[in-house]
Amino acid sequence: MAGTAVLGRLTWKAAKVVDVVVETRHVKTITFDVPDWPGHRAGQHVDIRLTAEDGYQAERSYSIASAPDGSHLGLTVVRIDDGEVSPYLTDELRPGDQIELRGPIGGYFVWEPAQGGPLLLVAGGSGIAPLMAMIRLRAAAKSDAQTRLLFSSRSWDDIIYREELDRLNGGGLRVVNVLTDRQPPGWTGYARRVDAEMLAEVGPSPSERPRVYVCGPTPFVEAVAEALVRLGHDPRAIKTERFGPTGG
Amino acid sequence: MDAGMLDGNAVAGLLQEVFAVEVTTATGTCAACGAAGAMGATHVYRGAGFVMRCPHCDNPLVKIVRGDDRLWIDLSGMRTLEVAV
Amino acid sequence: MSFISRGFRGRRVADAPRDRVPPGQYVTRDYPVLSAGPTPHTPIEKWDFSIMGEVDEPHRWTWEEFRALPSEEVTRDIHCVTKWSKLDTVWQGVSIDTLLDGVATSAEYVVQYSDGGYTTNLPLADITGGKAWVVFEYEGEPLHPEHGGPARMLVPHLYFWKSAKWVRGLRLQAFDEPGFWETNGYNNYGDPWREQRYWGD
Repeated sequence: MAGTAVLGRLTWKAAKVVDVVVETRHVKTITFDVPDWPGHRAGQHVDIRLTAEDGYQAERSYSIASAPDGSHLGLTVVRIDDGEVSPYLTDELRPGDQIELRGPIGGYFVWEPAQGGPLLLVAGGSGIAPLMAMIRLRAAAKSDAQTRLLFSSRSWDDIIYREELDRLNGGGLRVVNVLTDRQPPGWTGYARRVDAEMLAEVGPSPSERPRVYVCGPTPFVEAVAEALVRLGHDPRAIKTERFGPTGG
Repeated sequence: MDAGMLDGNAVAGLLQEVFAVEVTTATGTCAACGAAGAMGATHVYRGAGFVMRCPHCDNPLVKIVRGDDRLWIDLSGMRTLEVAV
Repeated sequence: MSFISRGFRGRRVADAPRDRVPPGQYVTRDYPVLSAGPTPHTPIEKWDFSIMGEVDEPHRWTWEEFRALPSEEVTRDIHCVTKWSKLDTVWQGVSIDTLLDGVATSAEYVVQYSDGGYTTNLPLADITGGKAWVVFEYEGEPLHPEHGGPARMLVPHLYFWKSAKWVRGLRLQAFDEPGFWETNGYNNYGDPWREQRYWGD
């Protein structure tokens, strides 16, 4: 199947909420069950659609944060205060509720264990979601691909999946957290926005020809991709997914 | 660079409604500057409709308008689309 | 096939006066930024506005000349084809009638053209007689680049894609020339009150 791009047409399916997990103060992961879910690849996303009683509709895209798991898939949603969709997803949805969803979508921003490494994953805030699917799949597949995650968050409490990443750290995965706004006492890690110097220190170097995936708000992705190219990384080896102005 | 700019991943679902192929991995060649690259790497803007622009020269490669039961695609900004089948 | 999502309302204004909301539209208090391309940043000293095509001679205004023209405050509702409407938007701008004053033409159509290549077409009659402006302020502030500044068209009786952002001029023509969106599915005229969104509407 890998290598061919021929697919079926996308149709909207009913997705039922089976679990809601609080990740951080503003972030929840909602797990859905989708009957006849064909499975997904790490990095793919879904489109969801909400319909109000008067017929008003809103659509959004969310990266699948979970590794393939039968008919289940998890979406990690950041609650944007004046958002239209995210407050509904994080405040209202309960197990048993249904939304419409179509997918899985995407083929460009995808990693499969067979592709190997080394991998450089660079995440800004909620941009961690598709990269977490890759990390979780890597663990489930017991891949030994050398992987570095450079993950920028505002503060310690805002690190999504912090404990799970801490547990997975090691065995070929190195997690480097960057805290841009507030740092806990005794913090010795990076405390500024991701820049070329940081990327060079975290590596891998361009000569190791890593596959690079960058995801987050558009300004973050633009700055990181530009810095990587200036460091000498092959632009074609850098895959990007931009979440728009806020990244939420 | 606009903070609201997206990339080809953002219209992958829309395009998959029409094409039987996954479009973001397809390689598009710009009719204006000749640059070739993955459709997933195009710069995508959302106005009245979607516009996929060449990341090198900003030429509109693809325009997409989504009606209620119809969808219009203008591919004239792209010389060639190469797809694995 | 869609089903209702329990408890979902969206962020529309619920109590907008019905006679001001065209069919299929929803009223918002936000001002969404929608753009077909990157925001241009033409330096103001290089900016000009032209009227050309089927005219006796091309007319051109620098920014200083444009701002020296009489302008007026205009309050109108605007309607985007993507279904949001915004009521009572307040602009400051120069009427197209002022710009066309003294311009001899037999043209029946006009194309608005912008930095970045965007175009949109209209009958000339739809921008004259107090129906259209080149605006440079929104809510008392200079028009922000992401909303079309330094100057954009305002043609509020049609869907808002007919009001070009970053406008640099009008080309008057004897023939109609469908623009950026009109050539790809959006209605050639675009009257929100007759819900003329797409081809064939």
